[in-house]
Amino acid sequence: MQFAINISYIIAAILFVFGIKMLGSAATAVKGNRISSLGMLLAVLATLARSNLGYEWIAAGIFSGAVIGFITAKRVQMTGMPELVALFNGFGGLASLLVGWAEYEKARPDWAEYLALPENSAVPGAWFSALVIVLAILIGGITFTGSIIAYLKLSGKIGGTATVFPGQKGINVLVMLGLVAVGVLFSIDAEGVNAPTLFLVAVGLSLLIGVLGVIPIGGGDMPVVIALLNSFSGLAAAAAGFVISNTVLVVAGCLVGASGLILTVIMCKAMNRSLGNVLFGGFGAASSAGGKQVEGEMKGISVEDAYYVLEAAQSVVFVPGYGMAVAQAQHAVKELAEILERNGAEVRHAVHPVAGRMPGHMNVLLAEADVPYEQLCEMDDVNAIISTVDVAIVIGANDVVNPSAVDDESSPIYGMPIINVHQAKTVFALKRGQGAGFSGLVNTLFFLDNCRMIYGDAKATVSGLVSQFDD
Amino acid sequence: MELILLLFTFILAAFLGFELVSKVPSQLHTPLMSGSNAISGITIVGALIAAGQVDGNLSKWLGFAALVLASINVVGGYMVTDRMLSMFKARKGD
Repeated sequence: MQFAINISYIIAAILFVFGIKMLGSAATAVKGNRISSLGMLLAVLATLARSNLGYEWIAAGIFSGAVIGFITAKRVQMTGMPELVALFNGFGGLASLLVGWAEYEKARPDWAEYLALPENSAVPGAWFSALVIVLAILIGGITFTGSIIAYLKLSGKIGGTATVFPGQKGINVLVMLGLVAVGVLFSIDAEGVNAPTLFLVAVGLSLLIGVLGVIPIGGGDMPVVIALLNSFSGLAAAAAGFVISNTVLVVAGCLVGASGLILTVIMCKAMNRSLGNVLFGGFGAASSAGGKQVEGEMKGISVEDAYYVLEAAQSVVFVPGYGMAVAQAQHAVKELAEILERNGAEVRHAVHPVAGRMPGHMNVLLAEADVPYEQLCEMDDVNAIISTVDVAIVIGANDVVNPSAVDDESSPIYGMPIINVHQAKTVFALKRGQGAGFSGLVNTLFFLDNCRMIYGDAKATVSGLVSQFDD
Repeated sequence: MELILLLFTFILAAFLGFELVSKVPSQLHTPLMSGSNAISGITIVGALIAAGQVDGNLSKWLGFAALVLASINVVGGYMVTDRMLSMFKARKGD
């Protein structure tokens, strides 16, 4: 029986590998996700085939979890996707923490008996079990509270800006060192009288670090954090796999850990910043953190005048940002794009890799609004043709179109690749008010001669343009 | 399972993971993330074993809580990814 279970785990791992591989291409992604869910089903069924399991609790647990997951997944709006991904991620992390804890409770009454169990035959000693348990607790705990803070920020339940206070880095380093110390002490004396106390302290500190680590990260850096927490949730599962000596947990968790890490690196590159800078920079907390003073003023334009310009345009590029998500303007944007196309213009949507609050955020919203695939362009493709574009419409994007990133070496975002809308013939910037973006930086784009501001709610503005065309 | 084999597996899986996702188009970043997040719910296997203990009070309760959370992660994660991807697919058919 044990052999059949292990073979099933191997097949499950293969299905995960193919699933992730197929998720990487638009044509096979749906199938890939289903294949990976089959792998999960197989892993669960194989586990249930183990002997000595009490099924009442298992049935109750799976049933309630599945119902909650089902309802949440059915009801979520596409605009609520970033916070939901963060929330699920946090649950996964907490589950791994609890698996580690449950194993500790199993071992605690009598370590000798625990280590003599057949499934622990390969464990070199109590110290090893204790060490991997602490690792599962640490990574799982950080994933949990970090994701919950990210969830609260993304859903607007707490402010999205970076929270920094004096001595923050010092405190974080101290807590981290404290956790390492507690982890080591617990591992070398797992059977001692102080071990249960040390264990609880480790749990507490892990949860604390997740909170401290994410609160200093501002809204625009969220894509990096979400990708990193995704990676952590995988590593937490892998650590739990070492705790219970289970291959499928180790393999699947590690695959997720690696893929999340790659996404994190891609996001960092898209901002030309190092991971350390994102995590510890407290970016966006300080206002006017450098950069040149700008001269000139922002020039507004009415919806009606904007309509006349658009009516004559041969080539239009939409550049969506987080503001589009907040205003839920994606359907109106799609409608306007259709009208412009019928009017003879070539329409593109230019998506910056870190636009929005999670990797690929804008693509999800535009897909929801049914924007044709061919109209979606990546940053480099649009920059190649940007000087031939008649009108670039910036919808609630800010830092990803800030020319300071290209030409102002004193700017904190200098070097970040941007969509060069300032090179288009005309730019319309849709913006709620005159304030700066999340980073607190002044956007020099808005002061350029070819840029016109259209103030107000993005959805109302775009709908206004649509009705101008209808008249 | 030999401990060293488990470590070996871990390291190979890491390399495999890096290879698998190194060339994903940015359109698919969100589904990839939410799909791989569902896979990280594999910790459900550990939760099942802990929750299915016949004795062991606190340990079993912890396992039960882990099982509920992991089930939410797995079921919700796969479904939400499927929903997202079906939008991408419908659009391709235009």
